[in-house]
Amino acid sequence: MSQLLQFTIDTLSLGSLYALMALGLVIVYGILRLVNFAYGELIMVAGYTLYLLSASPVPWLFMAFTAVLMSIFAGIATERVAFRPVREKSVTAVLITSFAFSTLLQNAALLFISPRARVVPLPDVFSQTVEIAGAVVPLRNILTILCAVLLLAGFALLLKKTVLGIALRAAASQFRMARMLGVPANLVISVAFAISGFFAGIVAIFWLGRIGSVLPGIGLGPLLVAFIATVIGGMRSLLGAVVGGYLLAFIDVSLAHLLPSNLLQFRDAFTFTLVIFILLWRPDGLVRGPATGQRT
Amino acid sequence: MLKVENLDVRYGAIRAVNGISLEVNKGEMVALLGANGAGKSSTLLAVAGALKAASGRILLDGEDITALPPERIVRRGIAMVPETRDVFPDLTVMENLRLGGYIHRHDGQGNSEDLARVMDLFPILKERGEQAAGTLSGGEQQQLVIARALMSRPRLLLLDEPSLGLAPKIVDQIFALIDQMRSMDITILLVEQNATQSLQLADRAYVLSLGQVAASGKASEILKATDIKAIYLGQETRKKKKKSRKR
Repeated sequence: MSQLLQFTIDTLSLGSLYALMALGLVIVYGILRLVNFAYGELIMVAGYTLYLLSASPVPWLFMAFTAVLMSIFAGIATERVAFRPVREKSVTAVLITSFAFSTLLQNAALLFISPRARVVPLPDVFSQTVEIAGAVVPLRNILTILCAVLLLAGFALLLKKTVLGIALRAAASQFRMARMLGVPANLVISVAFAISGFFAGIVAIFWLGRIGSVLPGIGLGPLLVAFIATVIGGMRSLLGAVVGGYLLAFIDVSLAHLLPSNLLQFRDAFTFTLVIFILLWRPDGLVRGPATGQRT
Repeated sequence: MLKVENLDVRYGAIRAVNGISLEVNKGEMVALLGANGAGKSSTLLAVAGALKAASGRILLDGEDITALPPERIVRRGIAMVPETRDVFPDLTVMENLRLGGYIHRHDGQGNSEDLARVMDLFPILKERGEQAAGTLSGGEQQQLVIARALMSRPRLLLLDEPSLGLAPKIVDQIFALIDQMRSMDITILLVEQNATQSLQLADRAYVLSLGQVAASGKASEILKATDIKAIYLGQETRKKKKKSRKR
């Protein structure tokens, strides 16, 4: 019983992170039909902000807040530097520029900070554990789940109830038509990148809370996870991103419990095999996106 | 009100519109006729700012709007109803309409008045309010896109093939609605396959062929003088073009 509870909480907390990562990627993809390959670096930016603030006397919550803010800022900067100048000219160009921007940020971290891992400050609650019905669970995991639930609900509300949210959803299915109704293209895209940065920032706090330190290459893992989760869930659906995130976490955690210890280091191979099977079964992902619209 | 001068629109190497000039006066209803690929839709999209003009000018009340993006043009009072019937399929009917009033979103009261008026005009949309727009029938979707365009309080309405793919009974309904809109002080530029019916409603018409204006004049004259079928086969109009060049 306690094992089942442990398993559920593990899955939900990892899934919450995966789902938020995937959402941040898919909100931009939905509108531009372009994957932002510099997405992982937003997490890196938040991580280094935490590290750089660790020497200062400000309370941790303020550091976390600044880190998320920096990630949002980096998201908007990605759009300005890598997407906007070439967006209407060529898709391939945006692919290259987003890779370039990603490398640029990584190299900046290598050059100005260090190629080695740097410890990020974490609050005490992150290392505490609670006992629920016999299962010992890190408090951090419970916080992750709560935070994700709040964010997902808030995000759903934003999309449903505000004009901006409706405009975002509209732009994701028929971008040109939304523009002809007066929704400014640059506004929608900037907002999408800002939301993307916001999710990346929140993910960074909890993700680094698990690892404890930040590296220049820290973003690759989350980018890959987000990408796979969106592909499983359906590249064009926000709901799909969430479903994909939780499913991927379920697969990961299940394998971690089921695989014998000598195979555990090959867990990713098993995960990807399952992903291939899911895609063979549902090539467009589990959740279908809105009916297709044209690109810009 | 609207003046298009020597408009060129290209898709890569293909020229869809090749030096079209036309004019729409305030309060008029002008029809653009022609076969598939004559450049009608491209002309409308260029006026709406969704396609960039390769050359030429588009003037609204004497002001050059050629280079403006679509989101700015709708703020000048031009609303587009595209041929592809671009409802936002996952949004409810109400959300579609709400987005139609996007540029007046700070005028909540005005928007709710507009909404009430539009609902009166299209009662079916009230019934379907909470339904996803993608689940509506073709005729209902057409009413929705027109209603949505009206929410932006346009002075000039660009209608692209509003009767396309609809049952004859529904087509009559749509044409009656278009006629009604004229009484609301809306100037209309209409692209239609249904030449006879639109010529009966319109004041003036331009016949396009291969991206150029092949004939123009009062709707009644065009209706009399032109073999309507030939417009779509493109033969008669080509002869006319040669004639006009001689002149």
